[in-house]
Amino acid sequence: MSKRRIWAILRKEVREYRRNRSVIYGMAILPLVFAIQPLVAVLRLSTEASGGLAHEHVLLYMLGIPTLVPVFVAAYSVAGERQQGTLEPALTTPVRGDEFLIGKALAALLPSLVIAYLVFAVFVGIVEVKAAPNVAASVMQPMDLLAQLLFTPLLACWTVWVAIAISTRSNDVRVAQQLGVLASLPPVFVTVMIALNVIQPTPELAIGCGALLIVLDVFGWRLVSGLFDRERLISGSH
Amino acid sequence: MLDQVSAHEAAPAGQPGPALAVRGLSKRFGDRVAFQDLTFEIGRGEVFGFLGPNGAGKTTTVRTLGTLLAPTAGSATVAGFQLVPENAVEIRRRIAIMPETPGLYLKLTVVENLECFADLYEVADPGDRIAAALRAVNLADRSHDTCGTLSKGLRQRVALARALLSDPEVLFLDEPTAGLDPVAAREVHELIDGLRKQGVTIFLTTHRLEEAERLCDRVAILNTTLRTIGRPGELRDQLFAKSITVRTLNPLADPGQLFTGLKAVDSWRQAGTTGSYVLAVSDPSIAAPVATRALVAAGADVLSIAESHHSLEDVYLELIAEDPEASRTEA
Repeated sequence: MSKRRIWAILRKEVREYRRNRSVIYGMAILPLVFAIQPLVAVLRLSTEASGGLAHEHVLLYMLGIPTLVPVFVAAYSVAGERQQGTLEPALTTPVRGDEFLIGKALAALLPSLVIAYLVFAVFVGIVEVKAAPNVAASVMQPMDLLAQLLFTPLLACWTVWVAIAISTRSNDVRVAQQLGVLASLPPVFVTVMIALNVIQPTPELAIGCGALLIVLDVFGWRLVSGLFDRERLISGSH
Repeated sequence: MLDQVSAHEAAPAGQPGPALAVRGLSKRFGDRVAFQDLTFEIGRGEVFGFLGPNGAGKTTTVRTLGTLLAPTAGSATVAGFQLVPENAVEIRRRIAIMPETPGLYLKLTVVENLECFADLYEVADPGDRIAAALRAVNLADRSHDTCGTLSKGLRQRVALARALLSDPEVLFLDEPTAGLDPVAAREVHELIDGLRKQGVTIFLTTHRLEEAERLCDRVAILNTTLRTIGRPGELRDQLFAKSITVRTLNPLADPGQLFTGLKAVDSWRQAGTTGSYVLAVSDPSIAAPVATRALVAAGADVLSIAESHHSLEDVYLELIAEDPEASRTEA
């Protein structure tokens, strides 16, 4: 495995994102949607109304960001290159399939993590400064903070592999992105259920979900690695 | 790994031995035959032209030899390595492929495109290599232009610079002048000529017969199977009898009596225009003076006597005309 070749793919991808407005807008708008709604709701609450928050986990809403943001980039990764005719020249170089995929995955994962943690930090900062004192304390539940930190990379990783897997089998970027979003909805649904206290969050549930996501992430990597077939990607044969 | 060692020992890179050796290579996609039973060798430093109509299997051959597609039968050695999946990375290290479409990252600059590929090839001193590749294609002054702003000809040159980055032993050029205007095509020809002088082995697929005739040491004509292979001149000689064309001011009274029995003249026929005759000869250098003397002795007003020339296009069309499948494709 060559770090230099992985770096070549990663750097190229990031350079392309920076000049692709649709990617920038896609990655920027979604986090705002996930942050603004709960922020407005929290800031409008008075100290007396903070009691209701004890049974909700507002912070967990924001796990939707790492779950959905990587889709835009990861779904483009292979299908996009094939669509614009750049895949074949890249695959004629000594780059191995795994190096190519890891470069692509990191290029989707790292910006998504930066965005997810940044938006979360801004959210927490605004709540600390602007929300009523009891409200802020109710929102900042230590277990929710920890869950946010730990589940962000696990969820993003899962989304990245699912979206790249779809991208390797799709000829159209938009179809890949739409399917990627659909495939990412189940974890978002579970997160929302926990945030609304429909599913009771417990340490056991957190450990179980964490273990499941680790297994799914490893499985996702194996799946994508197996799906990456140069011949099929070049010739379009199945 | 064992395959890699044995293949490497069989024909180490940089030592004498063919740059490419292909034996009975075939590729099918399900029931469809892309190419079949190809056998040929390409020497190091040779410019080899691969001609054929659309759908003949030229690009699939390049992709197969470039390890992108797996052959369904046969064997090959590329840059000294046996064409097996275990050697794919080593082969790709030693070759470069310039596809028909440049496939550049259009939002990146020229130099950013080349940086990416220099890292993928892990070239030493990437800055120097990129500068040298850009100088080779006369693009040093456009290095910071975004590729999307370049003309098609310039993009093709960037793709060629990209292919030169790794200093390949074998360079595959797939229709390098397709869609280019004559000026841009000539620039690419000059670049290929320059590479030939540097001793780079070039495998050139093209539709342009004058391009192949001008640039290639040998050519092969493919239409799923290999129809012929050789130097353009040899192919002409194989396919067309040597002949001289005689033109006189007035039609000859009895051309049969005049031409029959002349030394080195095998047969004769009237050409399309009046006073024009084509003599099939065994040796034009003997037949032409003999015919001239005979014509003068017969009192004919000779306008010209010249050896007939056939182009590679004539060879190609003759072979394709013999092939009903290709004729349909061309039509």
